Amino acid sequence: MQTPAPVEYAKATSIADAISRLEALGEDSRPVAGGYSLIPMMKLRLARPETVVDLNGIAELRGIRVEGNELVVGAMTTHADVLSSAILFEHYPIFREAEHVIADPIVRMRGTIGGSMCQADPASDLSAVGSALRGTAVIAGSAGTRTVPLREFHDGPYETVIQTGEILTELRYPIRPGAGSAYEKVERRAGDWGVCTSGVFVVVSGGVITECGIGMAAVNADHYCAPEAEALLTGKAPTEENLKAAADAAANEANPNADQRGPVDYKRHLASELTLRALRRAVAASQGA
Amino acid sequence: MTAVEEVPTSAAGNPIGFGRMVRKEDVRFVRGEGNYVDDVNLPGMLHGAILRSPFAHAKINSIDTSAALELPGVVAVVTGKDLEGLGLAWMPTLSYDTQAVLATDKVRFQGQEVAFVIAESRYIARDALELIDVDYDPLPVVADAKKALDPGAPIIRDDKEGKTDNIVYEKWEAGDEAVTDAAFAGADVVVTQEILYPRVHPSPMETCGSVAHMDPVTGKLILWTTTQAPHAHRTVYALVAGLPEHKIQVISPDVGGGFGNKVPIYPGYVLSIVGSIVAKRPVKWMEDRSENLMSTGFARDYHMTTSIASTKEGKILGVKVDVLADHGAFNGVAQPTNYPAGFFSIFSGSYDYPAAYCKVKAVYTNKAPGGVAYACSFRITEAVYAIERIVDCLAQELKMDPAELRLKNLLRPEQFPYKSPTGWEYDSGEYEKTMKVAMEMVGYDELRKEQAEKRAKGEYMGIGISFFTEGVGAGPRKHMDILGLGMADGCDLRVHPTGKAQVRLSVQTQGQGHETTFAQIVSHELGIPPEDIEVIHGDTDNTPFGLGTYGSRSTPVSGAAAALVARKVRDRARIVAAAALECAPDDLEWELGRWFVKGDPERGKTIQEIAMAAHGSLELPEGVEGHLDAQVVYNPPDLTYPYGCYICVVDVDPGTGQVKVRRFVAVDDCGTRINPMIVEGQVHGGLADGVGMALMELIAFDEDGNNLGGSFMDYLLPTSMECPDWELGETVTPSPHHPIGAKGVGESATVGSPAAVVNAVIDAIAPFGVRHADMPLTPANVWRAIQGNPIRTDMAVE
Repeated sequence: MQTPAPVEYAKATSIADAISRLEALGEDSRPVAGGYSLIPMMKLRLARPETVVDLNGIAELRGIRVEGNELVVGAMTTHADVLSSAILFEHYPIFREAEHVIADPIVRMRGTIGGSMCQADPASDLSAVGSALRGTAVIAGSAGTRTVPLREFHDGPYETVIQTGEILTELRYPIRPGAGSAYEKVERRAGDWGVCTSGVFVVVSGGVITECGIGMAAVNADHYCAPEAEALLTGKAPTEENLKAAADAAANEANPNADQRGPVDYKRHLASELTLRALRRAVAASQGA
Repeated sequence: MTAVEEVPTSAAGNPIGFGRMVRKEDVRFVRGEGNYVDDVNLPGMLHGAILRSPFAHAKINSIDTSAALELPGVVAVVTGKDLEGLGLAWMPTLSYDTQAVLATDKVRFQGQEVAFVIAESRYIARDALELIDVDYDPLPVVADAKKALDPGAPIIRDDKEGKTDNIVYEKWEAGDEAVTDAAFAGADVVVTQEILYPRVHPSPMETCGSVAHMDPVTGKLILWTTTQAPHAHRTVYALVAGLPEHKIQVISPDVGGGFGNKVPIYPGYVLSIVGSIVAKRPVKWMEDRSENLMSTGFARDYHMTTSIASTKEGKILGVKVDVLADHGAFNGVAQPTNYPAGFFSIFSGSYDYPAAYCKVKAVYTNKAPGGVAYACSFRITEAVYAIERIVDCLAQELKMDPAELRLKNLLRPEQFPYKSPTGWEYDSGEYEKTMKVAMEMVGYDELRKEQAEKRAKGEYMGIGISFFTEGVGAGPRKHMDILGLGMADGCDLRVHPTGKAQVRLSVQTQGQGHETTFAQIVSHELGIPPEDIEVIHGDTDNTPFGLGTYGSRSTPVSGAAAALVARKVRDRARIVAAAALECAPDDLEWELGRWFVKGDPERGKTIQEIAMAAHGSLELPEGVEGHLDAQVVYNPPDLTYPYGCYICVVDVDPGTGQVKVRRFVAVDDCGTRINPMIVEGQVHGGLADGVGMALMELIAFDEDGNNLGGSFMDYLLPTSMECPDWELGETVTPSPHHPIGAKGVGESATVGSPAAVVNAVIDAIAPFGVRHADMPLTPANVWRAIQGNPIRTDMAVE
């Protein structure tokens, strides 16, 4: 049995209550969502907040809906709900594909999209998806709410722009009619973090790619995305040659480290290979749409 | 000789004897009502926690425990210095080496035990660890076994007087070197391959721990502990700590998996005893997952340079293996005294050739004490992997189908009992028959056709075969002992007046289903329904002496003892029945559960009637004792030799290196199957383990000696997602020298399966010019192998 350091527990009843508690408790407190990252880190004593503020009682933080031309996902929506959401699947199958390879069903029942985004693990699948789709984060604090593009959301590994006394409340993703999307991941074993992942969307119209997004996790791409590769593709015909050039460009935007999941050359290769595979499928889906 | 046959069914629907029945122990396990060491809670019990070294090699300048002692709830803090005063700072290992209980001079591996806190709760004990201040001077580290003997390498075991190198032992050999060299000299083809069996960990679901209760008044020590060998542990505690053996009771309650991890005695067990003596209260120590992965019994770590010689037609002439064995900082290997490399010398495998030779050199490194069992059958796992891998390398060299090459060289039935070139005597086998069953089940020829078609389309599937011969049931006392304790096992059987029975075993189950299997053995011999037979084990005060459960020895050794003790009772029952029926014992004939008068089958007595009569007032012949109890000690005449043929089919994605195990056919011959369902369960577990070791399980170390597999995020165990539906088959060739013909099966699948998976992956990517890559075959390693640059897996990936 792993034994965490002493910790206090508080249950927040509303967004306002959570914010006021976190603000009052200061830097030594942490909000806890599904708890699948924070609690293990506490048990290993890698994290030792003095107080955890539990967000699980806040109903308004859950749910998936369409608002105008945006998909809105509450921060406390579970992976399982994202996985099974018909609305998300209708617009972006990438959500379902990514969720299928996140952890295991037990973790997905409690783990949340907001917890995952805020943990900002370098291998976070949903961070790659969010950056690919150019979503935005809605962050609430005592001074009100602010929105931050997901491509500006991270301050480095495990760091986000969220300040003490703030919580992430929603994630918003623009709807793009006719978009195709896909997610590719190589992992050593089901439930392991990815060795490398790539998630993309493309909109093919009139024989050219009018818009696209490329996200990658586990290879230290800035904000989990590959803007140079996207620029190469935009306005081009979705030929194998063009897709390959973009995939190679994406690999150059990756800065992988060697670890027990694999050496640098392999991870860089995967960044290209998986991006190419995801692009092919996304293009086919967009063309079929 | 008994193969599985139709047997009558009891009132409860169980077979009276051998056959499928639901495990008796499952009732409590599926209800969550098992009783494990961590479930033991005694009045006034304290909790211990161990401070472990962050460094792999460092001098200890000082340890300051004052702040920890001030934490409310802390009762005591014990350091190596304190133990030195008691003469307990070092303890013997099971291989005549010594191991520090708590470090005194320096630490020698990351995770080594440095101090022990005893406190009112587990949380307080853990909190107190952070308040202990240890001043270390880091020393140069030997993490790479290949550098352990470099000139100038730091000397790890400078605690041993006069030690000037890192050698555990210089040379242990088996087979005839000259004969083997001659065979190689005359060969058309010689293939040599460096093969690593990397470090893996047993990772039982339950970690190791103990509750020690030294009664200050009676002087009796009761130790609840996670052990596979309670009796051996009792004797070792008596010898090490000088405690009187009659006042030590070792209780191994339900054990949540062992796999060899629970054979050794760990510092934590000793510390809980010391704690109980110091505090005069019971002390519980239960390690957490990372402690289990970082400090307890590892396995393997064998660097095997393997060579095979053959004619150009594929007749094998000889095999040589040169091993560099990495034993970590203390030689904690659990194996019979005369076998420092375990049974590795059985590496000549299942094939007929006259020349085999191996030599093993063992070294110390700054890694946790390694080389302890782990479903390795005393290193037959390494041996089978080496021979099965090198046979595939030879097939590739000869451009010959690996099945054909094996069939050409397998031992033939008429050669049994077969004396191997390294001195083992295989008891029985029909190898070709078993292999053909496996090939038929998998559809070998069709698979080869499919493979050729797929390759033409740029798709890569592979078919891997492993044919293994195990040697289990250690062992004959004149050859085999552990720390001088002969490897024989006792068994007691009591049949109560109403015909219900209790059988007491020296071996201890860790999930193998002994409470069912051993009841079935007695049932088979006496005709008492298995539900009427209680199996008692895991408590040294209530069971006869024996060496415990590991090396698949329970059925071959204790299973034989159970059969023989039941036969002894049956013989006694015959005398009692004769007295009751007023005839001579010789006039009686046995049928399952009943003695009857020859030629007059109506006149007879059931075993239950006989049991009552034996306890009653019936007059028995002169010299015959009453009751219906018996005891035996079984000293096995030899090992038994289960074997099997495994065939694995994989699909490899060369763009990512990912491997999908599509199919796995396992045909096992373990002789008589007592409960086929339990056998299949054992095989399922071992196959999953084999997939794990072949594809993902690994404890690697970086140059600084940091353990890179210290949590389940880093040490990957396979899940159902990585395992195909196992396809099991069987042949039954009973052991001629075992009372019921059973051979033991606990480790067969772990021993046999890794080679099948690796051979399949290499077969898949052979078109890229790949002949070998070391386990684990992670996606990165497979992709790198395809690029011609496989990963060195025992060190950190660079």
